[in-house]
Amino acid sequence: MNWEPVIGLEIHVHLKTRTKMFCRCELEYFAPENSRTCPVCLAHPGALPVPNKRAIEMTVLLGLGLGCEIAERAIFHRKHYFYPDLPKGYQISQYDEPLCVDGRMSLATADGDLEVGIVRAHLEEDAAKNVHMGGAEGRISGADRTLVDVNRAGTPLVEIVTAPDIHSAEHAKRFLQLLRQTVVELGISDAEMEKGSLRFDVNVSVRPEGSEELRTRTELKNMNSFNFAAKGIEREILRQVEIYESGGEVVQETMHFDPGNESAPPLRSKEEAQDYRYLPEPDLVPLEPPRELVERLRAELPELPGERIRRLSAEVGFETAEGLVTSGRDRLYEQVPGDRTAVANVLMNQFAATGIDPADVNAAELAKLIEARDRIPRQSFIEALEASGSDDFSAERYLGDGQITESGDLEPLIDGILAANPGQVESYRSGKEGLLGFFVGQVMKETEGRANPKVVNELLREKLKV
Amino acid sequence: MIDTLRLTAEDAARLIASGEVSGAELHRAYLDAIAERDGEIHAYLTTVEEAEGDGVPIALKDVISTKGVETTAGSKILAGYVPVADSTVAARCREARLPLIGKTNLDEFAMGSSTENSAYGPSHNPWDPTRVPGGSSGGSAAAVAAGLAPWALGSDTGGSIKQPAALCGLVGLRPTYGTVSRAGIVAFASSLDQVGPITKTVRDCARLYWIIAGRDPADSTTVEHPDAIAIPQAEDLKGLKVGVPKELNEAEGIEPGVSEAVNRTIELCSELGAEVGETTLPRSVEYGLPCYYLIAPSEASSNLARYDGVRYGLRVGNGDIRSMYEKTRDEGFGDEPKRRIMLGTYALSAGYYDAYYGQAQKVRTIIRDEFTAALGQFDLLVSPTSPTVAFPLGARTENPLAMYLSDVLAIPPNMAGLPGLSIPCGLSEGLPVGLQLIGPQFSENLLFRAGHALENALGFDYVPERLR
Repeated sequence: MNWEPVIGLEIHVHLKTRTKMFCRCELEYFAPENSRTCPVCLAHPGALPVPNKRAIEMTVLLGLGLGCEIAERAIFHRKHYFYPDLPKGYQISQYDEPLCVDGRMSLATADGDLEVGIVRAHLEEDAAKNVHMGGAEGRISGADRTLVDVNRAGTPLVEIVTAPDIHSAEHAKRFLQLLRQTVVELGISDAEMEKGSLRFDVNVSVRPEGSEELRTRTELKNMNSFNFAAKGIEREILRQVEIYESGGEVVQETMHFDPGNESAPPLRSKEEAQDYRYLPEPDLVPLEPPRELVERLRAELPELPGERIRRLSAEVGFETAEGLVTSGRDRLYEQVPGDRTAVANVLMNQFAATGIDPADVNAAELAKLIEARDRIPRQSFIEALEASGSDDFSAERYLGDGQITESGDLEPLIDGILAANPGQVESYRSGKEGLLGFFVGQVMKETEGRANPKVVNELLREKLKV
Repeated sequence: MIDTLRLTAEDAARLIASGEVSGAELHRAYLDAIAERDGEIHAYLTTVEEAEGDGVPIALKDVISTKGVETTAGSKILAGYVPVADSTVAARCREARLPLIGKTNLDEFAMGSSTENSAYGPSHNPWDPTRVPGGSSGGSAAAVAAGLAPWALGSDTGGSIKQPAALCGLVGLRPTYGTVSRAGIVAFASSLDQVGPITKTVRDCARLYWIIAGRDPADSTTVEHPDAIAIPQAEDLKGLKVGVPKELNEAEGIEPGVSEAVNRTIELCSELGAEVGETTLPRSVEYGLPCYYLIAPSEASSNLARYDGVRYGLRVGNGDIRSMYEKTRDEGFGDEPKRRIMLGTYALSAGYYDAYYGQAQKVRTIIRDEFTAALGQFDLLVSPTSPTVAFPLGARTENPLAMYLSDVLAIPPNMAGLPGLSIPCGLSEGLPVGLQLIGPQFSENLLFRAGHALENALGFDYVPERLR
């Protein structure tokens, strides 16, 4: 039997507002522990949440970017559980009336577009961070005590939930890359996995190909890169297929992905599902985004990555287009004139290797460099690319007006000319130094004037010495 | 010599303005009265030695966070907790330069109707110390009635201002929901909690209400009061239509002496020029209390989740986190908070939400509609505040349901978000009877006007007989 994987994603993105979701503490990732706290985020008695307007606008903008409907009325709910990283004993989140619903994002693939439904995108607050002490690498196992850093508590967080529309690990990875790029370009998050400002969980199940059923799924958590996610999904698909093929049943559970040993050990069984006792948050009034605001934000939406991949595919082919867009180099690509394939290739290869931020590059100068790349030594070209991010970068220096300035390039030529004119060499060495001009003329003739006169003069004087 | 038993806040303000006495001297006079009488009454949990401000001193219920002054909510779990910031109402009192006398006793987390649920022992009724002062703001009411504060703030979720004011012969306002900030008020049931004054006169009540009312950016559920401040003057009720809801006045359990005093006052309304008529709230009284006991415990179970021993307050046990939670909450909470946490947790559980919390919210809408209909015909509604006068300590502690029924008449307008003013309207067996005046949202000025006219005509003496 052939098995079809069914994959859904839950993506959490920190919004890059100046302050927290429900209080005025500043957001700062590497501030000293518990230095960004107040009675609200510490859940002191009587402290009340006040929603961050900017976070709501950013969520609406994201919802529009994901083609969602923006609810006329959204409700915050309290989601309850006891854990030291949750100061209030509940998280303020959204439940059955989220801000953004029913969107879709189209993932361009080599085999055409894959439509991925966005079930919802809602706004909530992040929890604090538990720091486990005394064990290895801050892990909970083996730790003898746990400290809580409340700086992160209350960071505005958008949760995006996709429909189970993805059917391969590769597409899941590409979807995540595209979504990340979208979020970054909308300016609502830096979405950096290392900082924890982008996190995601993956729900995986398999079913016989052609069937529409949804079988028991497992949840993969804490994956720290898109590549690891793809590997983890692959492995989980194989594991489930093996279970079914050997007559077993998949158990609903959460897998904590550990890239160190490349296995996915079960984190906790969901047999005893948590009861979060959702309660409409009585401290907040319903959220009613004004229609003028929604329309203003809609008008401000830039052309999003998915659309750009489709547009650029026509010029450079799908794979290069996707690479340019998800790496954030497509804007530069569009600014640099010249042969489309050449520009794309340089950007995706030699330029990519430099790690330079495309936003720092002067496109006109880069264009000159790429145009001349066949005429300049490979090493100079790489050096030039490496310097292309600085403010005063000029291609001229590396092109040298097409001049031949390397002694190594000129020496064989000069040696040949001297060998061909022994009489003139003899006269020069016996005192007729005016003949130097003759030799320079010969070199210029040979190089069609491209030799650097200063270098030529120096080399000739050296070689004509007695 | 200042007679703190008789001195109203208005009198006190006059004395301060004329330079006869300073705010600090007044503050000292109340501390002296506390030293003399609070051993018997136990109105205060904490007193403040230094007067801050030159206005009329005030006592605050111990759910009102006060910067630098311990705030316990009457619970062991918050013993020793000192807020780092003032609640908005405490800040407004500070801005009005009202020196803080101290923090008053209450039922733990404002859950109760007698102050007997306080972890620090009950308060006693100044009219008869063998009886309760009502609750949960019983400490604030007992303090004002015993001359231990000229005025005080309480909080009212299901009658916790109106009922103790009634049982202590005082004026108490439960304001329109959303007109007084809840920021910094230890939360019990957020959709119902509201802070309000407990005073000797309606005019004092109006003065204090206007000090604390108004929109607060720190509380998203607040609004600016649409009306301007008015201190009541009128001595008649001309032009007012007063409705007598049958169910609120004939409910089971209303003592005959209470009915008599209330009925006499209803007649007085006519004499003062009001047009009095009967009206009905068919389901509000029958369903008000049961719905309240779903909504309030549900929200309480959520609001009390933060007392986990992690960041402040009591922590018991140093083992694993789960046993620390269990020991802390077991030792920190008294029986009533535990009972309500369990009720609320159950009512919010998956599969029960729709049948309990969800259903109660729907009934709440019905109650609101009934009041809207009745208040479409009448400017004000009247009823007893409490079905009984002050009851003996211990009389209802073994029977939670009997205790809950103390608020059966106070709760329905609260469920509708409406303001209610309780004024003393006479005595029954030597104990004060409270009259509840209910108006539409934002009708505080109307309630003050009617309350003042009645108070004037009734001539009730708020000094407890045994202390005169």
